[in-house]
Amino acid sequence: MTNQTNPEDLVGRGNREGSKLFRQWFAELDETAQQGGQSAYVFVMGSFNEILKTFDLPVVFPEINSLQTAVRRVAHEYLSEAEDYGYSPDICGYVKADVAIQLRDGEHPMGRIPKPSLAVFTNACNTYIKWAEIWERMYQIPIVTIDVPGTREADGQTWRGDEDFENDRCYIEAQTKELIAVCERVTGKKFDIDKLREVLGYANDVSAYWARILELNKSRPSLFNALTDGTAYLGVANGFRGTRTGAEYFKRLVEEMEYKAKHGIGTLADEQYRLAIVGVPCYPIFRRFTELFTEWNGTFVASTYLWFASGGANRGFQYDLNKPLESLAEGILISVRDAMDSMFYQDRILADAIDEFALDGIIYHPIKSCRTTSTGLADSRRYLAVKRDIPSLYIESDMMDRRVVSEAQLKNRIDAFFEGLASRRQKASIS
Amino acid sequence: MAYAAGVDVGSTQTKAVILDESGEIAGKALIDTGANVIAAAENVFARALDDAALRDVEVEYVIGTGYGRYRVTFGNAQVTEISCHGRGAVHMFPGTRTVIDMGGQDTKAISVDEAGNIVDFCMNDKCAAGTGRFLGAAASALELPLDALGPTALESKRPVRISTTCTVFAESEVLSWLGKGKKIEDILWGVHKSIAIRSAALLRRVGIDEQVTFTGGVTLNTAMIKALEEKLERTLNVSEESHFMGALGAALFALDEILSSRSLAKSQEASS
Repeated sequence: MTNQTNPEDLVGRGNREGSKLFRQWFAELDETAQQGGQSAYVFVMGSFNEILKTFDLPVVFPEINSLQTAVRRVAHEYLSEAEDYGYSPDICGYVKADVAIQLRDGEHPMGRIPKPSLAVFTNACNTYIKWAEIWERMYQIPIVTIDVPGTREADGQTWRGDEDFENDRCYIEAQTKELIAVCERVTGKKFDIDKLREVLGYANDVSAYWARILELNKSRPSLFNALTDGTAYLGVANGFRGTRTGAEYFKRLVEEMEYKAKHGIGTLADEQYRLAIVGVPCYPIFRRFTELFTEWNGTFVASTYLWFASGGANRGFQYDLNKPLESLAEGILISVRDAMDSMFYQDRILADAIDEFALDGIIYHPIKSCRTTSTGLADSRRYLAVKRDIPSLYIESDMMDRRVVSEAQLKNRIDAFFEGLASRRQKASIS
Repeated sequence: MAYAAGVDVGSTQTKAVILDESGEIAGKALIDTGANVIAAAENVFARALDDAALRDVEVEYVIGTGYGRYRVTFGNAQVTEISCHGRGAVHMFPGTRTVIDMGGQDTKAISVDEAGNIVDFCMNDKCAAGTGRFLGAAASALELPLDALGPTALESKRPVRISTTCTVFAESEVLSWLGKGKKIEDILWGVHKSIAIRSAALLRRVGIDEQVTFTGGVTLNTAMIKALEEKLERTLNVSEESHFMGALGAALFALDEILSSRSLAKSQEASS
């Protein structure tokens, strides 16, 4: 990366550099695969990048590999292959695409994916556990489940100083130590606490910048589309967490966003409707899906995906480098818990976001192949409607499977939603 | 006299309504959509013009609606049928706050305000259960014409319970009941009740208000009206024109455009 500061180069820099980093990441994975090197398979909701990077283990995010097959419009080939192999059409599309990648010996549109040496995952998604068991059976590798206690009831979160919180933190710290022992065994390397401090420092930077970027999108006009641009930034946030490269990227992204905020540079020429989206993107028609909204001058200023799929990094939690393991456990507890709350109790956060982001509407997007993120969205929508007078739209599609994405049906509902928004605005202007 | 038109290109039938500037229906027409959507829109408009004894140049503004709204090539603008059914229903029955529109391929539950603006809506997704197509499948299995479905079903004394919600499987379930010796009218009433149950579930998602207006092609089926009224425990607003409601709503939006451009012209004239 160069340290260019020319304003003309600044706008859109995050997308360009993010795309470059993404290609670089996959090129490195390809090289690892070609050389038969080690890698760790992890997930977005609690990646434990902090520990794995300390052992210099390249991280592979199977969720990102799978969604990339959809974005690159080849997902159907992978899904069919896994279904032919015996997986049901009704299960998670990410799992099936990954199974096909494994069956193809790592073949992927962005390069070869290395085989796993171990897999690390939290309980934030129940599919993670069964998914990792597939690799365990395929490759006889160790798999490590980190059980993160979630919020037990609405408004029932505990915090530092509370006995329950301390017990939960100790529980995660003990599991982290078990993970370290597995990493030592797999890599043959001794755990280096000073290296962990260094990685945590970079992770702190990424978390702080990530929180700042999401915050900056409260600007009017909004600075980035939370569904398209935001998802691209999210990929870097996950893949480069705990690295100098990641920290530098986000520092420069904040610089870009602050510049855009100062100069009133938005994503649309005429931003009419500010929206939040709840759920996972529709990757099979990723750009087109967003266009269905931008054609009406609507843009996504917030997305729950940027909260939960960043593993709760949006909280901006800062590790205490003086007590790295203790603090790592605390950060994981708070951030992964937040990621789960962003899926299961998102109505509370959205109620605040309506004012903070000056929202005109909320789009609920449940998807066929992810029950974790989709179950309860209809109830959640109703629950929010009781508390706040905010128009919302409920549309269904999928994150991977083109067979259950109907663009005509989506367009009809989206058009009707905007017609409703327009008449609501007209009515408000008259009264 | 200015005229405005709405053309509703649905999956099964295409409808057109022409309104005069007082909002009265000057002409209307309905044809099967068929494979050529553009031709269907043109043909139905031509027939509505004949019905109104008008020439096309006399119609100032045309709005296309329905799934084929972008194929109304002579239209000035497009509005979704969701908005149009809401608008049309409140125009015809001013107390309407909830609309159930049952068409060939989808069923919509729409909540509207006093002006007919959409407050919320909900539709069946990726499945034709509870739509006109579901009735079509049953009619096909029983070898009955569509217009015989309602009167036959109303003769039922001991209705069967249709458990499937799938249009494709409905046909096999109907055949299995026939195989068990059940009467056609009892099977058919079971089909209607099954659709009413699904429609009520959709309606509950947007909220069921005091006055519910039933629109769309299936309003021609008297048994469906009865099944819905029993399920919802209220009398529905239905008229002979209910299957034109989408086209009527579109024509009302078109009339708005004419009247607002006139009022803009007047105010510009006054200020100059």
